[in-house]
Amino acid sequence: MFRFWPVFLRNLLVWRKLAIPSLVANIAEPLMWLVAFGYGLGALVGDVKLGDEQVPYILFLASGSICMSAMNAATFEALYSAFSRMHVQKTWDGILNAPMRLDDVLLAEMLWAAFKSLFTITAILGVMFALGITQSWKLLAAWPILLCVGITFSCIALIFNALAKGYDFFTYYFTLFLTPMMFLSGVFFPRDQLPGIVRDISAWLPLTQAIALVRPLFMNQWPTDAALHLGVLAAYALLGWKIALHLTKKRFKA
Amino acid sequence: MSTALFECQNLLKRYGDNTVVNDVSFSIAPGECLGVIGPNGAGKTTTLRMCLGLAQPDGGRINAFGLSMPDDALAIKARLGVVSQFDTLDPDFTCAENLLVFGRYFGMKKADIQARIPQLLEFAALSHKANAKPGELSGGMKRRLSLARALINNPDLLLLDEPTTGLDPQARHLMWERLQQLLQQGKSILLTTHFMDEAERLCNRLLVLDHGRKIAEGTPRDLIAQHLEPDVVEVYSNGALALVDSPIAALAQRVETSGETVFFYTQDAAPLLQALNAHTGLRTLHRPANLEDLFLKMTGRQIREEG
Repeated sequence: MFRFWPVFLRNLLVWRKLAIPSLVANIAEPLMWLVAFGYGLGALVGDVKLGDEQVPYILFLASGSICMSAMNAATFEALYSAFSRMHVQKTWDGILNAPMRLDDVLLAEMLWAAFKSLFTITAILGVMFALGITQSWKLLAAWPILLCVGITFSCIALIFNALAKGYDFFTYYFTLFLTPMMFLSGVFFPRDQLPGIVRDISAWLPLTQAIALVRPLFMNQWPTDAALHLGVLAAYALLGWKIALHLTKKRFKA
Repeated sequence: MSTALFECQNLLKRYGDNTVVNDVSFSIAPGECLGVIGPNGAGKTTTLRMCLGLAQPDGGRINAFGLSMPDDALAIKARLGVVSQFDTLDPDFTCAENLLVFGRYFGMKKADIQARIPQLLEFAALSHKANAKPGELSGGMKRRLSLARALINNPDLLLLDEPTTGLDPQARHLMWERLQQLLQQGKSILLTTHFMDEAERLCNRLLVLDHGRKIAEGTPRDLIAQHLEPDVVEVYSNGALALVDSPIAALAQRVETSGETVFFYTQDAAPLLQALNAHTGLRTLHRPANLEDLFLKMTGRQIREEG
């Protein structure tokens, strides 16, 4: 049941040695975006109209970009780092010589990527709180939700990990999936600006679902239809996990 | 056979139309060292992978310690130690940390693992490198660390895939010496190798694989006695090839050529050597037949593609 734990712990021990540079990379970049766009562009944009409410642009952006950070952090770990361990260093092969199943190793990698994402967003949330962008105590509820977001995106990313022949393959995933999603999910501007059909499709993207849950919390409100959004995220996670596990097993049988 | 520690029966593995392991059976008795030899692509590594439950056989049975693969894969692997063909050491960890992290995969407690680490490092002649990372180690040291790592769970049976490939003679001899120590402690070993001197030195019994099939099995001495003439005379230099069609060839039971070298296999080398002495300018080497001769006789002299 908990066989994944020693593998998770292994990743944690390696990361502990590289934590400081990795922390800077994971946190500095999203914060630079937030400051540059939030304060810079925010001064031009002013408030954003969300339903009946006017929201300062920096708050709008912060609540979207924290979801994007959760997505990116989990994705990077489950693609580049997991691929290094699986394919380049052959760490997984070594582990599989011990009494471990591939399921255990993949579960450890999935949870590890989600954990790293949680670590990143915790630090960013701390800075946002300190900057006074939002000081709602409902942020405490955003924390477990963002963990779910990390889990969802690491499950999906592991599909592409299982399919990859090399690092270059991941460019497709970023260019064809993540970047469009970033622009279609309402991180930078309200989805109302999108043409009708695109808006309807984008409503079902996992990042849109995540933002629908997290943004109200930043505005000191409770999200509407929370169960539905969580359900959609869970469905993406579960489906992603099943496909990733199947493809990874296929890869290792070859 | 019922006392076998590990037993494979009629193993079969196909990849598409290609049968890479074809009806291979063998068993390993407690304390025994079984060597699997064969050219590249003979099915050695695939056989090992099936023994570990990493590849599913398309036919046949694998039993170990009274358990069966793949149903009891985890329980079986808990009692195995594996050194794979390519090192899978963690580059970010020191030698000691590599052992600690690997021990955890067996569900061992940190204190129990740490109690074992000093003796394992000493066994691997790496006590002075406890805090070095694999990148700072030589090839031989890395292999010995892999061996130490495979011993973390005090296994009953070791599976070693080409444990000395790529090592220099000193490192190879040290590895052999360590493996012999393990055999003396009562451990069993299954090893694949390309080195016939390694097979002869370490293995009680040998299995010769070619094209996925078992083509011979027995002790190294018996195999040589069964399949080969006891003496070999190698003849090099210009004009050697002409001897193949000369009356001298009749003094040998079997003649083989490889490039410019002629190999005479004979029951009695004396008359042959005398006849060769009449030819000036020939360089000859008289030696007993060995496993390499056997291997080449059985699997041919042609170069195999990477398998």
